[in-house]
This record gives sequence, structure tokens and C-alpha cells, in this order.
Amino acid sequence: MAKRIDTINLAAYYRDFLAVDGVTLSIEPRAVTAFIGPSGCGKSTVLRSLNRMHEVIPGARIEGKVLLDGEDIYAESVDPVNVRRTIGMVFQRPNPFPTMSVYDNVAAGIKLDGQRRRKSELDDIVEESLKGAHLWREVKDRLTRPGAGLSGGQQQRLCIARAIAIAPEVLLMDEPCSALDPISTLAIEDLIDSLKADFTIVIVTHNMQQAARVSDTTAFFNLAAPGEPGRLVETGPTRTIFTAPTEKATEDYISGRFG
Amino acid sequence: MTATDTLVHDELGAAPASRKARWGDPIFKAVTLGAGIFTVTIMFAIGLFLLIRALPALANNSGNFLTSSTWLPDQSPPVFGIAALLFGTLVTASLALLMAVPVGVAVALYASHYATPRLGKVLAFLVDLLAAVPSIIFGLWGLAVLMPNMGGLLKWLNDHLGFIPIFQNTTGIYTKSVLIAAVVLAIMILPTVSSVSREVLVQAPDLQIEAALAVGATKWESMRMVVLPFGRPGIISAAMLGLGRALGETIAVAIILSALFEVNWHISEPGGNTFAANIALKWNEAGTNGLGALIASGLVLFLITLAVNLVARMVINRRRVKEGTA
Amino acid sequence: MSSDTLLRPADGPSAVGLRRRSLARSALPISAAAGVAIAVIGALTTDIDGVAGTMVVAVLASIVIYVTWSLIVEGRQRATDRFATTVIAAAAVLALVPLVSVLWTVIERGIAVLGLSFLTDSMRNVSARSAGGGLFHALLGTLEQVAIATLISVPIGILTAIYLVEYGRGRVAKVIGFVVDVMVGVPSIIAGLFIFTGLVLTLGLPRSGLAAAFALAILMLPVVTRTTDEMLRVVPNDLREASYALGIPKWRTITKVVLPAALPGIITGAMLAVARVTGETAPLLLTTFLTQSVNPNPLDGPQASIPTFVWDQITSGTPASLARAWGGALVLILFVTVFYATARLASWWFMGRRGMSVR
Repeated sequence: MAKRIDTINLAAYYRDFLAVDGVTLSIEPRAVTAFIGPSGCGKSTVLRSLNRMHEVIPGARIEGKVLLDGEDIYAESVDPVNVRRTIGMVFQRPNPFPTMSVYDNVAAGIKLDGQRRRKSELDDIVEESLKGAHLWREVKDRLTRPGAGLSGGQQQRLCIARAIAIAPEVLLMDEPCSALDPISTLAIEDLIDSLKADFTIVIVTHNMQQAARVSDTTAFFNLAAPGEPGRLVETGPTRTIFTAPTEKATEDYISGRFG
Repeated sequence: MTATDTLVHDELGAAPASRKARWGDPIFKAVTLGAGIFTVTIMFAIGLFLLIRALPALANNSGNFLTSSTWLPDQSPPVFGIAALLFGTLVTASLALLMAVPVGVAVALYASHYATPRLGKVLAFLVDLLAAVPSIIFGLWGLAVLMPNMGGLLKWLNDHLGFIPIFQNTTGIYTKSVLIAAVVLAIMILPTVSSVSREVLVQAPDLQIEAALAVGATKWESMRMVVLPFGRPGIISAAMLGLGRALGETIAVAIILSALFEVNWHISEPGGNTFAANIALKWNEAGTNGLGALIASGLVLFLITLAVNLVARMVINRRRVKEGTA
Repeated sequence: MSSDTLLRPADGPSAVGLRRRSLARSALPISAAAGVAIAVIGALTTDIDGVAGTMVVAVLASIVIYVTWSLIVEGRQRATDRFATTVIAAAAVLALVPLVSVLWTVIERGIAVLGLSFLTDSMRNVSARSAGGGLFHALLGTLEQVAIATLISVPIGILTAIYLVEYGRGRVAKVIGFVVDVMVGVPSIIAGLFIFTGLVLTLGLPRSGLAAAFALAILMLPVVTRTTDEMLRVVPNDLREASYALGIPKWRTITKVVLPAALPGIITGAMLAVARVTGETAPLLLTTFLTQSVNPNPLDGPQASIPTFVWDQITSGTPASLARAWGGALVLILFVTVFYATARLASWWFMGRRGMSVR
């Protein structure tokens, strides 16, 4: 079910400002790909271009192609709303809907496609999604309580449950642990490991150790110089990138000489 | 004075002045506090004086003040009651709210989330400009422009939807009615509702909106799921502020309505009266008791608008405290 | 945990596919044209005549066509979105229609009467039925009454705001602030009633321009207080602390440092209050007697004002009077909108995106 994503010469603009340029990479299905690199090099921008969230910002646009199993997601007749149902996203700061209960948060995406479902069907999907997010046991007795009342780590898992409830092909995660404590972070990393059996996962992270722990493939982004657009410098199997990178910039970043 | 003294004085600034300042500060503070207390006193004085001047007339009244519709305070025995006024005031204000709140919130939503930032600002400015137009001009415009043009629509409503009592018109005349006054009122309170709503809606967290979009919501769905629930308290207080304004509006209503003291649910028929319009229209011909009766009705209006504004402000303040912008 | 249970069967949401049948871009203009056509036909054949009715029909018909078209081609979710966007945008346009109409009407009808004599003559010896005459007496009256009201309300308002911002910490300040906010909503006719019962009846003040000025002052006071309050809070605390560090006492800091810094905004707030109050009719009706002649003395005798002039001309009912009413309306609206717009623009310039809230 999980699909692959290929980008061909992807460039992302904020009005006239070119943020990132010439990104050509492949994201393998049923695997975790990590985007690493210093701040401001465009990792999140590229990530958001993969599910057409980039264009939500007024004036933002892309050039190049993004293919989901060969299908161009930016084609004329493609509905961005459908793209986002197929390619889900988890954000840096947990953002459950504050006016909704835990149950309603998870069910929020499902209810949007307009299909009438029986309550029992919805119940099943919610339960499965919460189990898949490793959150079920902690919330099963408080499904009707507000989603915002959980701890930070729980909220983020709730957001993950919400994202996987609509059965996307790909899951994008934009620094999902950066607002969390180390224990919650480890919980999420375990979760990612179990999720990759069913989903294609792309994770942007500032934390190199996390990238090394969690990902199968790593892509390193960098800025050539301040003011220049960000670029994809190198991509390859995680072990290779971290032990024997090809580019010098990659090696410098990995060994902490900058970034 | 020793050299050290001079040095210390210089470092601390004007030492002689500090003695002066010791009584400067408390006096200044007292003056400003006095101004504040004066302001509060005025509010209480309003209620007090209205009550005092209304009592004689109320005591003389041989009709029931609350339930009677007649208004003959200068005949003997005097009979006056506010039932018709209450009806007219509440109906015009409620109708105005019913029209102004959806449009006002929609405009606020458009300016805050649909339009480009620049267009939103321009739109907000123009709608605010509507608030600057004095009410007498709205009355004049309503009389000269709106009334003639609404006739067709109201007649249509009577002919095709006349089985619903409020649209029924048994007189065949479609001017000077409560419904038209309500439309003008709605236009007048629209800027209030819209700008207070906009202040709130603009603060809806982008993070939540993106969460909704990322889960496959359309733009409207993200508004429905995130922005409107977020803005609900603000919208409620906006509506109440608008209500307060509509209740107290005098001149536009006075010009448009043909004053009749009756409770009439056929709102497209001529007639109707509100507290404020009644006071304005009857003022110069009223005798002593008549004045007292009008003042009594003014007191009721004061209390009603006070209550509405109090609740509205409390709702706003509670929200502000929660957000920490108080 | 079995990973199979997580996989939804193939007819689940993810099988919908990326592509969507989409409405052509020309759908909106075509629907609009169709709606107008329907409205015109309707106007000619049925009993819906009148500009308002036809426009309403045109808009409604266009929306119905557009949304139904979208429903058929794109499905419910997308159609709902289009419906919402259309209605919301239509509301924005709808909100501007009255503004345009009012301004247009006032300018169109007022200009016919406006002229030098209109501005310099009074209505003395001019009967309601004849043309001619002017509003000089009203202009003078308004200028005097508003000036007095400003002189009363601005100092008190500024002082109150100073207390609230610089001194007030406890419940007293909270109460005062709350009362000021509520006072903004007091109907103007109540202010007139209060001055009448309090000063005219009880203290024997004659109905005069002065009484009117007092009523207007009550209406201006909370506005001035509120806007001054906001402007004082915008002054950075660093400025105050620098002054204290120089040994300057608090009251001098306020008068010599904080107030001057906030002055542009305070003036703007006062202008907003003036704009609000100049057009008020109701309190003037209760506190003054109308006159057709010039009375430069606000302390005694009947004095006209622009709003009561307009009111008087409307109630006279003759065509000539009505024309004069429009002239008065034009003068009034010129004055008020220029003041208000300038104050609003200035407040945005000083305070950034939020501007002042004067509700």
C-alpha cells in the first residue's frame, strides 16, 4: 500500500525568493527517509512540498516535479485536498484540535471524506489508529476528554493517530520530537520503527543521532553560502552517510564541524 | 554644604526638586484618580437622576407600566405603558442582529482568512468607515433610497410567503415599517459586529489550521473546524455589542418608523415604536407628566443596554485574561 | 500488534485517487451570467420589480447554479467549499453596498444645494416651502458645542487614562476601567436624558448649546479615555525607567516624557471621539431648542446644530426642505468622514497592524 515518492529538480519559492533548488531524490516505500542539515537549508520546505502544504502560504509555489508512484501530484487536474489525504503530515509542535475530544481528534480526518459510516465502524478505526500510534492503552478510558489535556508526548502521538487514521500512503514528519522530552522522543522513535511496516515515512530532524537511529535512508541538505538557496548535497543509505559520506560538506556536518 | 553633599546631590539629580516632587506625585495621582472616580460617578448619576425624575410619573400612572400599550401620560388620569415600546425595541434589534451577525462574521472571516492581507485591511477600513456615518444620515438614506426600493421585495414576500404571519401585510402599504427600520439598524451595527469579530478571528492559530488542512480538509472545513470554534466567544460578544447599539439607536429609527403604539407581528406593515425613537419624537410636546413617563422609559432602556454591554464586556475580558493580553 | 489490521481494504479513502474532476474556470462567470439572465426574465414576467429584488434574485440564482454545477462535477466536499467561499465573498461585497449607496446618494443630492450661500446664510426668514437659506447658524452651533465638549472631555479623559495606566493597580483601577468600557455603549439619547434631568431640571441650567455640549462630553469621555489608555500603554517602559533613573519624579515623567510620546495617538483618539459625536442628533434634541437664526451664545437661548438642522428639515417635509436636508447631510458627512478616516489611518500608522479598537 505504501508508495514511493520521487522528486525531479524540485525548487521551492516564497514569492520571488528561491528557498531551495534542484532537489532530485527518491523516497523508498516502507522505509524511513531522514532529511538532515543545518537550519534554514530548506528541509522543511521540501517536506511541505511533498504534500502540497507549501502552497498554503500566500505567494508560495514550486517548480519541478513531485511524483507519487509515478503520478505527478502537481498536475492540473489534481486536487491538493486529495494529495493531503494520501500524504499525511505530523508537525513540529503537537497540534490536536483543542475544541475536540481525543476520539473526535482521531476521527476528524475520516469524517471529512463525506462517507457515512456507522458508529461501530468509526469506533474501530479510532481504536486501530490509537493502537497504531501506541496511545490506546493510555487514553482508552478518556476518549471523550479534550485532546489538549494530554501531555506533550501523548499529544504528538495523538496527532500521529489522527494522521494515520485516514490511511495515507506516506507519512511526513517535520521534526516531530523537537518539542518533546527525551523519554517521549524515544517513544515516538519506537513508534516510527513500527509504523514503517505499513507506511512510507519521511522525517526531518535536527538531531543527527535520531536520524542515525531511526532512518534507512538519509538525505543531507545544505546552504552553499548565506543567501543562496538550499540544495540537496548527498543522499544514500544511512549507514553509509554516517560512516563514509562522499561529499566533504556532509562529512563536516556529521562530525559537527558546523551546523 | 560640603563637597560630598554637592556630589551626592548631583548624582541623584535635582535634590531641591525632590522635595517639591514629594508633594507633586501624590497630588498628581489624586487628580488623576479624581478624574477616574468622576467618570464612574457619572454612570451612577445617570441611573440615579433618571430614577428620581421618573418616579413621580410612575406613581401617577393608572395603567400598568409594563403591560399596557397605551401612551397618554398627559391626560387625566394618565395612562402609559411600555409594552409596545418593548416589543418594537426588541423586534427591531433582534431582526437587525439576525441580519448583521451572519454578514458581519462572514465579512470578518473574509478579511482575516480569505482575502490577501492588503485587501483584508482595505476591506476592514471601508467597513469601519460605515461606522462613522451618523445615524441621521442613515435615517435620511433609509427614507429616501431603501424604502422605495424595498417595496417590491416586501410585496413579493406578502404575496408568496404571506401564510407566515410575520410576512403578512394586510394594509397594502410597504413603507415605514419595523422591518425596514431593522434593515437600516443592521447596516448600522454591521461594522461593530464585523470589527470585533475580526479582531478575534485574526488570532486563530495557524498551526491548527494547518493541522486541519494536512488531514484533508478543504479551506472551508478548516474554518469550520478551527477558526470559528476558536472565535466563538469573541463573536458572541461582538453580537452583544451590536445588540447594545441597536437597542439604543434613536434617530434613524425615528425617521423611518411611523410611530404607532401597538404590538403588531406583521412587521412589514407601517408602524411600530422603540424606546429611543419614542423619546425623541414625543419630547417637545410632552407635559410635565409626559416628560416623566418618557424619562421612565429611558430608565428602562438604560438598564437594558447596561445589562447587555456588561455581559458583552465580561465575555471579552474573560477571553483576554485567558490569552494573557489583559 | 498485527500490521494487517491497520491496512484498510482497497475501497477505503486512499483508493480515491489524486485526480478529481474539476470545474472549469469559466464556470463562475457563466453561472453569474445565467443568474442575471434569470433575474431579468423574472423581473419582466413576474411581479418582482424593483432594483433590490432583481439583484437579490440574480445573486441567488447565480449561486444556486454554480454550486449545483460543482456538486455534479466535483462532489459534495468541494461543492460545499465553493459554496462557502462564494457566500463569504458575497457578504463582503454586500457589506460595502450600503456604504457606497449612502455616500453616493448624499453627494449626489447634497451637491445640488451646496453653494456659498448655503454655507453662509441661516434659515432666518426662510419659510419651509421656499428654496434658499442655509446652515450657517447650525454650523456655528455645532462648532461651538463640539469645541466645548472637547474642552471638557479630553482633559478628564486623559487624566483618567493616566490613572489607569500609570497608577492604577488594584480593584479601583479595574472598576474604573470596566465602567469606562461599559460607558462606551451608553445610547446617546440617554446622555441627553441625563443632562436634561440632572442639569436642566435639577440644577436649572437652561436648555442651551452648553447643555448640549455637556451631553456630547459624556459621549466623548469614554472614547477619549479608552484610546488614550491604549496609546499610553504603547509607550515603552524603557522610556519611563530612563526618566526615573535620572531622578525625575513620576508625575513629571508622565507629563514631560510619556504624554509627549503618546501625543499623536492621543490626538488621533480625540479626533475619533469628535467624529463620533458631531453627528449625534438625539441628545441635542433633548437639551436644546431649535432655532432658525444664528445664536453665537452657547450659554443662553436656542442654538441650532447641523444634525438638528437636518432633522428639522426632514420633518418639515417640503421638497425644498428635503433638499436642504441633503445639503446638511453632505456637510455633516464630509466633516465626519474626513475626521474619522484621517484618525483611523493615523492610528494604523502609529500602532501598526491592529490600530485602535474603538468599540
